[in-house]
Amino acid sequence: MRWKRKDLLDLESLSLQELEYILTTAASFKEVTGRQIKKVPALRGKTVVNLFYEPSTRTRVSFEVAAKRLSADVINIAAEVSSVKKGETLIDTGKNIEALKADIIVVRHSASGAAAMLARHLKANVINAGDGWHEHPTQALLDIFTLREKLGRIEGLKVSIIGDIAHSRVARSNIWGLTKMGAKVTLCAPLMLIPPGIEETGVKVTDDLDQALSEADAINVLRMQFERDEAGAFPKAWEYFKTFGITEERLQKAKKDIVVMHPGPINRGIEMSSEVADGVNSVILEQVTNGIAVRMAVLFLVAQAKNGKKANSN
Amino acid sequence: MAKKRILIKGGRIIDPDGDFDQIGDILIEDGLISHRGDAQGSSADTVIEAKGKIVMPAMVDMHVHLREPGREDKETIASGTTAALRGGVTSVLAMPNTNPAIDSPEHIELLSQIIKKTAHIEVLICGTITKKREGLELSDITALKKKGALAITDDGSSVDDLELMRKAFQEAKKCGLLVICHSEDKKLSGDGAVNLGFTSTRLGLKGISKESEYKRVARDVELAKETGARIHIAHVSCKESIEIIARAKQQKIAVSAETAPHYFTLCDQAVLGFDTNMKMNPPLRGKEDLEAIKEGLRQGIIDAIASDHAPHASSEKDIEFDRAAFGVIGLETELAVAITELVEPGILSWLQLAKAVSYNPAKILGIDKGKLSVGSPAEIVVISPDQEWVVRKEAFLSKSKNSCFLEKKLKGQVIYTIHQGQVKWSL
Repeated sequence: MRWKRKDLLDLESLSLQELEYILTTAASFKEVTGRQIKKVPALRGKTVVNLFYEPSTRTRVSFEVAAKRLSADVINIAAEVSSVKKGETLIDTGKNIEALKADIIVVRHSASGAAAMLARHLKANVINAGDGWHEHPTQALLDIFTLREKLGRIEGLKVSIIGDIAHSRVARSNIWGLTKMGAKVTLCAPLMLIPPGIEETGVKVTDDLDQALSEADAINVLRMQFERDEAGAFPKAWEYFKTFGITEERLQKAKKDIVVMHPGPINRGIEMSSEVADGVNSVILEQVTNGIAVRMAVLFLVAQAKNGKKANSN
Repeated sequence: MAKKRILIKGGRIIDPDGDFDQIGDILIEDGLISHRGDAQGSSADTVIEAKGKIVMPAMVDMHVHLREPGREDKETIASGTTAALRGGVTSVLAMPNTNPAIDSPEHIELLSQIIKKTAHIEVLICGTITKKREGLELSDITALKKKGALAITDDGSSVDDLELMRKAFQEAKKCGLLVICHSEDKKLSGDGAVNLGFTSTRLGLKGISKESEYKRVARDVELAKETGARIHIAHVSCKESIEIIARAKQQKIAVSAETAPHYFTLCDQAVLGFDTNMKMNPPLRGKEDLEAIKEGLRQGIIDAIASDHAPHASSEKDIEFDRAAFGVIGLETELAVAITELVEPGILSWLQLAKAVSYNPAKILGIDKGKLSVGSPAEIVVISPDQEWVVRKEAFLSKSKNSCFLEKKLKGQVIYTIHQGQVKWSL
């Protein structure tokens, strides 16, 4: 197939073929990152701008490494030191970055839809690195990539996503990606952290952790974002750990080779014990490594789409 | 003052007053309809050939934000009433959430002066329920009425304080003034941006529950029952509200209701993609609500269609969805949208449409409009019912362009708008 999308904004709108294509492309880039010389000239002469309106180390660095391995020039903009504080709108900021001849803008923003809005107004490729509670497509892609690498397939797998689903863009992207690829997804959280209507995506919902663990081939454990608890209605950290925390003891009831994922950063002792985070089932660090290959694939593909478009119009 | 004689010839005359639906002529003299039926032999200064056209009362839009005074960058009385003429509207009720708010006789005077100088149609005045629309202290409701307000509302906000609202209803009842209710419990709707449900979940946006609307509708209806005040529920968007209003009407509580074209045309799925022109309050609801709104109009539970014309500058719309302003413009599209979505598929007859857009709102506001009987003021719209057109941003006469119907193909084109016996707009 040929990649046609100028932007990667979400997984909801991707077809199964497109998902597969990204994962296949990522696999070939993973091979590259295993070589002695880890760099390819695929994006030489291109400029990638990381425009981050929210603090992020992991995702930002991962995109930076990915872009550099593709030989692109990378510029990092952290919103707190930019003109954002002077009242410039997101669209204006985007247009200014574009005027500096940026080819690809990777954006992280606290408002759902921010990446989509930029994409509508810019000719540059836009990659969503997380927008509000909406989506975080590259995180889900790297989760799925890791899972497929570990278990050889996605179709038919039972995957439980555990934690604050309501406020999680990681959960939403995982739900779309996994269900499209044929996994059976269960969400497990205190019911107040399950967003309305989510069953319409085809997932099951439970607030019983043992049930969510019992048949799962893999679990994806989300970070509890206590900072989002405006209403003071979240369970206390210790209470949450007691009911929903993943411990070795809880895992004894699960499949022996269950794959344990976490998008990071981990709150040790809140959503997961240290023993589990560092244990034999954990693939948390492999997720980080795979993030580079997946983001190389996404950067590479959206850039292709743009080149293709230009070639056609000339 | 001798005005021109206008003859509208051979159109399909729709007069909701008396359920009149016949081909015929209308003669206008001195601003009034002087003759209806066969006008052969009558001389006229202007003859409008209306064969194959619909001739009905011009619209009375009882929910319009003209933004003046205060936000003349978004709309003025001059620009808003020009847009109204294009849409077939010759009477509007101007919402009082201006700056200053229309909360005193002095502010009515200020507004009246602007209207007198710049309005192209009849702009009717609505006062606020509370001073500065803060929900804390009642406006002098009797004084507002004396100065010419036809209704009171804190539109944009609901009065949360039950006791204060009770007093407002009692005052309004005493002086015979209509209370228009923006029924929303802000404690429940919070800082939501879209309908609560699968759509808000998909978009990762905070939701606005239907409960935040219908629980407040129920409260307002209950207060109307208790006080005997005459109330009108603004911008009804969901099924449950309609059910409450239907029950209230059965109980003979003095309640009427309106909805806006977007609520019978679009559902919350239109927001997927984060188009801020799909952001309004109340939000677009689910499919079953959309169907309930149509059915409510068909059964007459919802009395009126009003635009809730809410102009906003692009700087307030071309931003992040959750920060963008609520509201859409509607004066120039409402009639065509109603024809396309309601008359064309056979949900409403032309007579029912004319009731919903002119006769009923006129009755609710107590003005002598919305009819085409001999002796009535000549407030008329001539429509080409089969003519299709596409909503274009550049074509809007309103100062703002925030329409939720951009690029939509509509059927039914206003070709003449007659106000006070004069052709004020023609295609």
